[in-house]
Amino acid sequence: MRIAVEYFGKLGDFAGAEDGALDLPVGVSDTAALRAWLDEVRGFNGALLHCSVQIAVGDEIRRGPFALSEGDIVAFLPPVGGG
Amino acid sequence: MTIRLVDLSFDPGAELSAFSTRAVGAGGVVSFSGHVRPQSTDGTVQSLMLQIHPVLTLAGMQTAEREAIARWSLIDSEIIHRHGDIGASEAIVFVATASAHRRAAFEAADFLMDYLKTKAVFWKKEAGPGGERWIEPREDDYADAERWI
Repeated sequence: MRIAVEYFGKLGDFAGAEDGALDLPVGVSDTAALRAWLDEVRGFNGALLHCSVQIAVGDEIRRGPFALSEGDIVAFLPPVGGG
Repeated sequence: MTIRLVDLSFDPGAELSAFSTRAVGAGGVVSFSGHVRPQSTDGTVQSLMLQIHPVLTLAGMQTAEREAIARWSLIDSEIIHRHGDIGASEAIVFVATASAHRRAAFEAADFLMDYLKTKAVFWKKEAGPGGERWIEPREDDYADAERWI
C-alpha cells in the first residue's frame, strides 16, 4: 500500500522526517502500526509515540487505530498553542 | 463573519476601523490585537515562524467562530491571523466582535483569543541570537481556555 506522510511542527526537524510518498510494509495497515513503524525506522526515538501527537488522515483527526487505504495522506501533528 | 489567514503584515487599526463601519446596528465593538513580543524568557526575539495545516487550521477557526456567534448572538466578528515569518513587534493576530451589548462582545473576543492560543492549529518557532526553538503550550493558557467549558 502506498500512502503519503507529512510531519508538522517540531516533528519536521527530525532527520528522518521526510514528507512524501511511502510504501508500507506488509502488516502496517492502520495508524497505530504506522506510528510505531515510522518511529522505529525513521529515528524519532519515541517522539511519534507520545500521546500528545495526533494523527490526521485525509484532513480529519483520527483517534485510536484507524485503517489506512491506498493514497491516504497521513499527517503527524504535535501539540499546538503557546506563544 | 470573516476569517483571514495572511502571510503579509496588516494594520490592526485600519482593520478595526473597517470592522466598526461594517458592524451596522452594534451597540458594542471589542477588538484585540496581538503582537510578536521582542523579548521572551530566553532573550531577544528576532522573528517568529508560524506553520499552519492546509485544511485543519482554517476549519478549526471556523468552528470556533461559529460557536462564538451562536453563544453570544454576535452581530459580526472577524479574525485575522498571520502565518509564515513574522518580525518582532509586528501584529500576529486581530480579533473583533460586535454585539448589541458590551458584555457579549467582550466575552466572545476573550473566548476566541483563548481558542487561538490553545487549540488553533498553529506551530510557532521563535528565532533569536541563540538560535531557533519551537514554542510549547503553557499551562496558564489551558487554564484560561477552560473557563469556557
